[in-house]
Amino acid sequence: MGNSVGLIDRLKENLGGKKTRGAALAVLFAVVAILPLFANNYIEEVMTNTFFYIVLALGLNIVIGYAGLVDLGYAAFFAVGAYTTGIFMKMGVDFWFTIPISIVFCIIAGIIIGGPTLRLRSDYLAIVTLGFGEITRIVARNLKITGGASGLVGIERPTIFGHKLYQITDFYYTFFVLVILAIIIAMRLHNSRLGRAWQYIREDEDAAEAMGIDPVKTKLYAYMIGAAFGGVAGAFFAVKMTAISPETFAFTQSAMILLAVILGGMGKIPGAILGAVFLVFFPEIFREIGQMRMLVFGILLVIIMVFRPQGLWPQRKS
Amino acid sequence: MSILEVKKLTLRFGGLTAVSNLSFAVEENSIMSLIGPNGAGKTSAFNCLTGFYKGSEGEILFKGQSIFKQKPHKITKQGMARTFQNLRLFKDMTVLENVMSGMHSRTSAGVFGAILRMPSQIHEEQKIRQVSEECLEFVGILDKKDRLARNLAYGDQRRVEWARALATQPQLLLLDEPAAGLNQDEKEQLVSLIRRIRDDLGITVLLIEHDMGLVMKVSEKIVVIDYGQKIAEGTATEVKNNPKVIEAYLGKEDEE
Repeated sequence: MGNSVGLIDRLKENLGGKKTRGAALAVLFAVVAILPLFANNYIEEVMTNTFFYIVLALGLNIVIGYAGLVDLGYAAFFAVGAYTTGIFMKMGVDFWFTIPISIVFCIIAGIIIGGPTLRLRSDYLAIVTLGFGEITRIVARNLKITGGASGLVGIERPTIFGHKLYQITDFYYTFFVLVILAIIIAMRLHNSRLGRAWQYIREDEDAAEAMGIDPVKTKLYAYMIGAAFGGVAGAFFAVKMTAISPETFAFTQSAMILLAVILGGMGKIPGAILGAVFLVFFPEIFREIGQMRMLVFGILLVIIMVFRPQGLWPQRKS
Repeated sequence: MSILEVKKLTLRFGGLTAVSNLSFAVEENSIMSLIGPNGAGKTSAFNCLTGFYKGSEGEILFKGQSIFKQKPHKITKQGMARTFQNLRLFKDMTVLENVMSGMHSRTSAGVFGAILRMPSQIHEEQKIRQVSEECLEFVGILDKKDRLARNLAYGDQRRVEWARALATQPQLLLLDEPAAGLNQDEKEQLVSLIRRIRDDLGITVLLIEHDMGLVMKVSEKIVVIDYGQKIAEGTATEVKNNPKVIEAYLGKEDEE
């Protein structure tokens, strides 16, 4: 265990220089960009799934990592996005137009959950968000418009410039673009007036308020933007799967995304990415040992949290 | 003209009256102190002024407008800044980032500005940096701007707090025990800093302080409170010779 932790530290040091860092990123980008030329469908599928979790992890990272708010029901936002797109496409709206609608619905959901709860302390917030996640799933299960327990099936594939997205390679690149956009947005938000306000609030809410920062409004922004990330990811998820059901958005889904953020190191973009990669890859690599792999996975998570509670790639301290 | 007027301020916590019927005014461009023995209600009064406690009764006027029971961030926006008795820095952020927090209420970039990196937002970021660096230079720790706040010596952490408060571009600065934990040398520098804040920046200063030497040296007017009530008001000499003040600090002489 100690060895692998040391390896990541060394890797971080070597990536410290701006030039080496840029070069490493360029190589990584190139490899990921041309991977579908060599890889089989299985690998592409796993990678696409990884991209999807990266977007979700980056979104949740804004809520948890940047603003320091607990959210145990993040899958709810992803569900709202997926169902909004699914329902509107069934009504004949073009996929690309459903994305902004999904974002708006998710932001509204973010306000509904955030508005009354953000005055609560973190442990109460955890319970309320957990409840919200479950409510969303149960509502989706019981409404007619969401297709009840069997969900929505036969969602159409989207078209871009006359090209219909239906092969796994198409979605590989679509989600790859999403990841890049998500990274850019997350980075820019982090280094902005709003991003700093989140960090001030996370560090010391009273002091932040004394500096003229409105804590409720600032936290609400974190919820809204986190929700929007979930909404976009959900919209693309709906057209990739063509079918969605309430069980896709169960608590385990929220827990998985939360795990990716915490495992990677809260507040850091590379951390959230690394966490998501680890989370998707691990069960795939150990597929052969069947059900045992979840046991091994669980034990490994405990070990990581014991020996590296700050996550695999935590915030830099100088 | 008075920049701050406190009228019959009362603060109760259940049955306990922490501040009772307190009235005083702070003249514009003055340096004033609020003193009193331990537990006299100084910090409670201070927290009412800055919005951290909601006063039970009374009125607080800042620049002629009521700020009674307003939220702290709104009060800061109107031009009143404060520091904390026990340091409340953003410890895991750099010194510069700490001070940049002060500019938050003076700027406006939002979500889209941040994501799209519009020219106005870039310009605003430069402005935030520039003002923050000026504030750091004013308190004398510009050379430490890229260090993490937690790694600074205590005296320098105090300076970060002052710079951060100055970065909110206040008209009235409230310092809560600024000399606490400072050595003699640093206290001397604090006296000159408080004077410079008033003389060079034109900011009115109200301080709460335990260190009598510093209070007597720097303040033009002193309000003394005990048990939440005002017991004396005046210049340093007047207050020093007031029997009520002597009694509050030293106890009553036995009459035989």
